[in-house]
Amino acid sequence: MDLAVAKPHQITPSLLYLDGVTVSFDGFRALNNLSLAISPGEMRAIIGPNGAGKTTMMDVVTGKTRPDSGSVLFDKGIDLTSKDEAAIAQLGIGRKFQKPTVFDNLSVEDNVLLALKGDRSVRGNLAWRGNSRDSHRSGEILDTIGLFQQRRRLAQSLSHGQKQWLEIGMLIAQDPKLLLVDEPVAGMTDAETMTTVELLQDIARDHSVIVVEHDMEFVRRLGVKVTVLHEGSVLAEGSIDEVSGNERVVEVYLGR
Amino acid sequence: MITRRLLEAADGRGRIFLGLLIGLAAVVPVLNLALPATSPFHVSTATVALWGKYLCYALLALSLDLVWGYCGILSLGHGAFFALGGYAMGMYLMRQIGTRGVYAHPLLPDFMVFLNWSELPLFWWGFNWFGYALLMVFLVPASLAFVFGWFAFRSRVTGVYLSIITQALTYALMLGFFRNNFGFGGNNGLTDFKDILGYNLQSPQTRAALFAASALALALGYGIAQAVVRSKAGKVLMAVRDAESRTRFLGYRVEHYKTFIFTLSAAMAALAGALYVPQVGIINPSEFAPANSIEVVIWVAVGGRGTLIGAALGAVLVNFAKTTFTTGLLAPYWLFALGGLFVLVTILLPNGILGCLARAPNQGAETADGSAPWPGEHGGRGRPIGRAGAGVVKREAAAAPPAAGFAQPAE
Repeated sequence: MDLAVAKPHQITPSLLYLDGVTVSFDGFRALNNLSLAISPGEMRAIIGPNGAGKTTMMDVVTGKTRPDSGSVLFDKGIDLTSKDEAAIAQLGIGRKFQKPTVFDNLSVEDNVLLALKGDRSVRGNLAWRGNSRDSHRSGEILDTIGLFQQRRRLAQSLSHGQKQWLEIGMLIAQDPKLLLVDEPVAGMTDAETMTTVELLQDIARDHSVIVVEHDMEFVRRLGVKVTVLHEGSVLAEGSIDEVSGNERVVEVYLGR
Repeated sequence: MITRRLLEAADGRGRIFLGLLIGLAAVVPVLNLALPATSPFHVSTATVALWGKYLCYALLALSLDLVWGYCGILSLGHGAFFALGGYAMGMYLMRQIGTRGVYAHPLLPDFMVFLNWSELPLFWWGFNWFGYALLMVFLVPASLAFVFGWFAFRSRVTGVYLSIITQALTYALMLGFFRNNFGFGGNNGLTDFKDILGYNLQSPQTRAALFAASALALALGYGIAQAVVRSKAGKVLMAVRDAESRTRFLGYRVEHYKTFIFTLSAAMAALAGALYVPQVGIINPSEFAPANSIEVVIWVAVGGRGTLIGAALGAVLVNFAKTTFTTGLLAPYWLFALGGLFVLVTILLPNGILGCLARAPNQGAETADGSAPWPGEHGGRGRPIGRAGAGVVKREAAAAPPAAGFAQPAE
């Protein structure tokens, strides 16, 4: 917090700007003075071994966890550390969880419908009666994620991979400025992984995306700038070839 | 388009239910009042009173289903809102007694005279007007639910912890209302009512009218509940039930939705209580007993949570059984029967009676769907979805790998 006060909020070109963020749980520093900047329109991959702080970083950005110190600025200097999940989501940050989380007892179409950008208030949604713009848009998204044929089915009847796509579809529906995607290909087959790569690249054309992933091969296919986290701070940054050639990264990853 | 058709399908069953209630409201009073007691179609006044009570319970169950079945809030204290509504109505009925009480005090109810109170407490003012009493029937329980919900849901108290504090709420109210100096008649509660809106409460006409009012109130409650759960807000509620934090990350203020539905539900429960009291002729603190609230949960579970109609059905069935089994030889075993019923329903009909009826034809269709813990409103929608889902969609899904969909990126 001190840091945030000390530094005037300069208008950075970054869409997301983390500065000196520290989070500890019972003395364990999940994030340790982490600084990170994401430019508008950028796709960034974040990798790191277990416990490197990847998920905590996402928790901080989306308001699930409040940092002990440091500042998180979004979209021309909005301070995210004082806002809750719903407020941050409404500002335009979407999140996809590691474990696919969809609304099991709603239809695939309704899942997308709820995610569609629009009024989030109780009153507005009580009066909502559907409109052609929304159904057109959800149809488009269902097409993109390849679930148009399944739109009437309950989300719980989808396969694991399909649920992952549905969740990505819900992110597209939110139309956020920034998407945080946590291990999108965990548990996917090779073919499904390929499709997901295409899908993410497609999304990255008009959104900023942060992808957290374990799978180096997947990150290589994405072909974007990579940030390696280790023990809560940035260890290395650069192209996948640069970071995988970095001695310290190799050491951390292979435990040598 | 199909969604709309599905809604209309769900409407179909709802319309039958509404029609049934309105029919009951119209026909039962006629059968009771116009037919001679010798007629085989005659409905006795005792039966009218009994079924009027069941209908109030049905509305209470419906209100619980709204929060539990659709939003996953297992309230174990809904009896509190029912009782508060009942007390508000009881206060009106007390004021109507006037000088006909034992002490014939023009202003004070008997118990206040007995306690040597000299003037009417402030919170009893205005209850001689029916309109004011009716306003309080809704306002007091709804405000309590709003404040309680606001703090509980904002602090993200969920699951079993929330259930426990709802129990504590109703228990605390029970203890309070048991006290004489609380001003609500202590453990005797409010009773000896004479008339409502000038009509004698004991007369068959008034009883029939109260029955009709209960049926119409249930119809109204059902209509409102149905409108809410079918709106987009209703989908948000179900989303909260299934994955609360996901809903938050979509930008919905979960606490607002929960507080809204909790407050609405409390108002419905209160209306049920307000109609219940003139029909049974008494309201006392035992209505706040935690066991009562738990019994409501059983009614809903038996009928099928998340089905609305099932909740109402469960309330009537269980209470009908209760009336049957608590009179006669089986009386001492009623609680065992109730407990057994709950166990059996949980094991054999996890979706309740209505949940199973609605689901049965769908069972083979949705393979990945076998162990669905929640019937949701899909109890009603299940069949049409199954029909479309089983043959057509599955085959197409298998034939066209999702990758094909990605070939044309959305522009």
